[in-house]
Amino acid sequence: MLALSFSLCRKELAVGQVSITVNGAEHILELEPRELLVYVLRERLGLTGTNVGCDTSSCGACTVLLDGESVKSCTLLGVQVDGHEITTIEGLATNGTMHPVQEAFHEQHGLQCGYCTPGFIMAAVSLLDETPNPSEEEIRHALEGNLCRCTGYQNIVRAVQAAAGVEV
Amino acid sequence: MSEATVPKLELGRVGESLPRVDGIPKVTGEFAYSSDLQAAGMLWGHTVRSPHAHARVGTIDISAAVGMPGVHAVLTHEDIPGEKRYGLEFQDQPVLAYERVRYFGEPVALVAAEHPEQARRAAERIRVEYEPLEPLVDPERATEAEPLHPDRPTMGHGYRDDPRPNIVRSLVIRQGDPAAEGDVAVSGVYEIGIQDQAFLGPESGLAVPDGEGGVDVYVATQWLHVDRDQVAPCLNLKPEQVRIHLAGVGGAFGGREDLSMQIHGALLALHTNRPVKIVYNREESFVGHIHRHPAKIWAEHRASRDGRLVNVRVRILLDGGAYASSSTAVTSNAASFAVGPYAVDNALIESTCVYTNNPPCGAMRGFGAVQVCFAHEAQMDKLAEALDIDPIELRLLNALGPGGSLPTGQTITGTLPVADVIRRAAALDVPEAEELPRDPMRLPGGSGNTTRGEGVRRGVGFAVGFKNIGYSEGFDDYTAARVQLHADGSATVHCAAAEVGQGVANVILQVARTELGVRDVALAPHTTATVDSAGSASASRMTWMVSGAVRDACRAALEEWDKKGRSLEVDVERIYRHPRTTPLDPETGQVTGERAHVAYACAAMRVVAEVDVELGLTRVVWIGTAQDVGHAVNPQAVQGQIEGGTAQGLGLALMEEIQTRDGLITNASFTDYLIPTTLDMPPVVSELIEEAEPDAPYGVKGVGEPPTVVSTPAVVAALRAATGRELSRVPVRPDDIVGL
Ligand code: FES
Ligand code: FES
Repeated sequence: MLALSFSLCRKELAVGQVSITVNGAEHILELEPRELLVYVLRERLGLTGTNVGCDTSSCGACTVLLDGESVKSCTLLGVQVDGHEITTIEGLATNGTMHPVQEAFHEQHGLQCGYCTPGFIMAAVSLLDETPNPSEEEIRHALEGNLCRCTGYQNIVRAVQAAAGVEV
Repeated sequence: MSEATVPKLELGRVGESLPRVDGIPKVTGEFAYSSDLQAAGMLWGHTVRSPHAHARVGTIDISAAVGMPGVHAVLTHEDIPGEKRYGLEFQDQPVLAYERVRYFGEPVALVAAEHPEQARRAAERIRVEYEPLEPLVDPERATEAEPLHPDRPTMGHGYRDDPRPNIVRSLVIRQGDPAAEGDVAVSGVYEIGIQDQAFLGPESGLAVPDGEGGVDVYVATQWLHVDRDQVAPCLNLKPEQVRIHLAGVGGAFGGREDLSMQIHGALLALHTNRPVKIVYNREESFVGHIHRHPAKIWAEHRASRDGRLVNVRVRILLDGGAYASSSTAVTSNAASFAVGPYAVDNALIESTCVYTNNPPCGAMRGFGAVQVCFAHEAQMDKLAEALDIDPIELRLLNALGPGGSLPTGQTITGTLPVADVIRRAAALDVPEAEELPRDPMRLPGGSGNTTRGEGVRRGVGFAVGFKNIGYSEGFDDYTAARVQLHADGSATVHCAAAEVGQGVANVILQVARTELGVRDVALAPHTTATVDSAGSASASRMTWMVSGAVRDACRAALEEWDKKGRSLEVDVERIYRHPRTTPLDPETGQVTGERAHVAYACAAMRVVAEVDVELGLTRVVWIGTAQDVGHAVNPQAVQGQIEGGTAQGLGLALMEEIQTRDGLITNASFTDYLIPTTLDMPPVVSELIEEAEPDAPYGVKGVGEPPTVVSTPAVVAALRAATGRELSRVPVRPDDIVGL
């Protein structure tokens, strides 16, 4: 998880113009200071793949990448990410080909209702970026901040292993 | 069509591990959950809820809210055009409170505004005059308290009419000689806290007026047609004027069997003539749906010296909370399974569910069987100790099986391989104890780095449990499927079975492909608009019911095609019913026909846990299980159900409990209500016992609930083995282990 530097938070407390690059496209938005990033993505940009499970930074359903590192988008204000790059689940596939982590979640039955899935996939992408060959234990620790109520996590862990190229 | 003429398919028939049909949209983020829906001109609804667990409601002054910016409607009970109450079994729950509120968070008024924030602000301006009343929060005092429902909506429905106040249902099952003595007796009192389904996608939906007085509701639910049948009378509409469509569901586990926003959204939409969306946040979700019944269970087991059960006496008290929901069926399930999957000639079981001002309770995975399994498995371990018999041997000695009978007098006519699941689970290799010292992350307490392992003890626990499949006691339980065969050889299946994550969409398609012999089968949207009811996505029933309905509809469609010629379209709908059940005798609790339950499924589980006995911290190290699954339609999905269901039972054993004070929920968030994470839940080694169920299509059974039933007692048995403590209440708290 990325710890945001304080400078990111020093933003004027009025409706402000921000520029956010989301999935490679730049958006200039007029945002109220109270708007959470997750709602900027969902309501303003229509990117509803990022889900809300708790609003209190406990479930990880809203996980996205901020400059390549996973972050819970309900813990950030939209104005805090001015000038930064966000990747959501919708931005993972390239030219219609799914990201290997997406493929692996599908093939390893890493989801049931799927509500947690975009968050898990984004957290796993961030993990594999930093640690390309994680042990099972490292995977479990890295995903501890994401809740899943359906799967019991076994196939989620297996999906991440498969995406990392481990025989499962 | 004979077997030989079915073209060989690459993938996708009954028995194959086919990836989820909704898997790709779910991993790409395209899948539309109910919270993702949008419509042009859409308003946002908000629900005003009671801050009291029990109060008289005086005047509701909405004047300050009505004129606020963006506000289009403010509604109270006076604006309900039809029935003012609804309910799954009894109409005892107000759509919007009038006269009284009976639980914390009960809906009182509704607002629709252009922005959700405007709706919330307007809601704060509504003035409700409450006169707080003493809340009834102790279920043991319920039958002596003033009635919460003076008009007694639960009386006169064919159950035993208990004259005491605040009874939702009481059931007595009497078999043989309830005074029969054994050589040895053990007894205990067990308590189960309130568990929440905690599905990850909070309640949400969109109601859209059709311009002709009717309404379409797109919602995450479990039972489309019974939603419709509850919504329509409150709106004073005909059933066909209300169409319920399944929107993407973020988990259910019983918690979506009752209505949430359906009537409220429809009322606002019809009132404003605009689409209205309602999305609960997590806090509202915790107060906005029913929970698993908390229970207190008194049990006494008598056995002969050689270990045979002679007499089992159990008293069960379930707290139903403020409204009945599906409590009558939970009461009966708890009674039916109170002895566990064991044979006994003499039994006296009393199961009672009462109304209180605690949070309303209803369906949750395991439905009554969870609570009693915790008690009967603790009792079996106690008995093994008293008799000095190996606990697994004792279970084998008493194991129920086909031909045996339940305390209700029902003979097991289908499969029930209890001895088999016990043997197979007991034969699984338990891992060696890990050496000390070791990485603190692999100790109870984990990253808390609280110990070097001095106080860590290891225990191995075992449990067996079972549960019914399908609806019971004479309920007309059916599922419809409609199959269209197109001239190009492809097919479309309509079925209102709610895909809640369990994988029923795959079952529908796999059955259709098996029967039709074509791969190109599309699944139409799940809706009340195009097909009859599929019944509820609950009671581990959907796989069985949908398999029957889709099979029958496919076969009928092929016959039709053979008659008419294959260049024509055919479109047929068929209804499938499982073998009939009959009610239990209201006085004796004995079956009045061949069966009160349709069929059963069982599971056994072995758990290794480590406990820091000085700090009260726990770590579940290993779980192995054997489950009776019938013929597995999709083995990979079955394993997934076992793993997920086990995690929920582990949660109840170790951490999950809704906390209340004077009826008010005090932990309505994922910061305070904890569910297992990747670090709490070890992998599950599971063995599938595939015995074909004779009454079921393709020999299938339901698989979702047995793992949840059996994992709570198995985990707690491991903790008992590690600590030597009685641990008679779940969730087990650190204090219970340390015993300060
Ligand atoms: S919605 Fe952001 S962590 Fe749960
Ligand atoms: S798949 Fe349902 S919450 Fe994870």
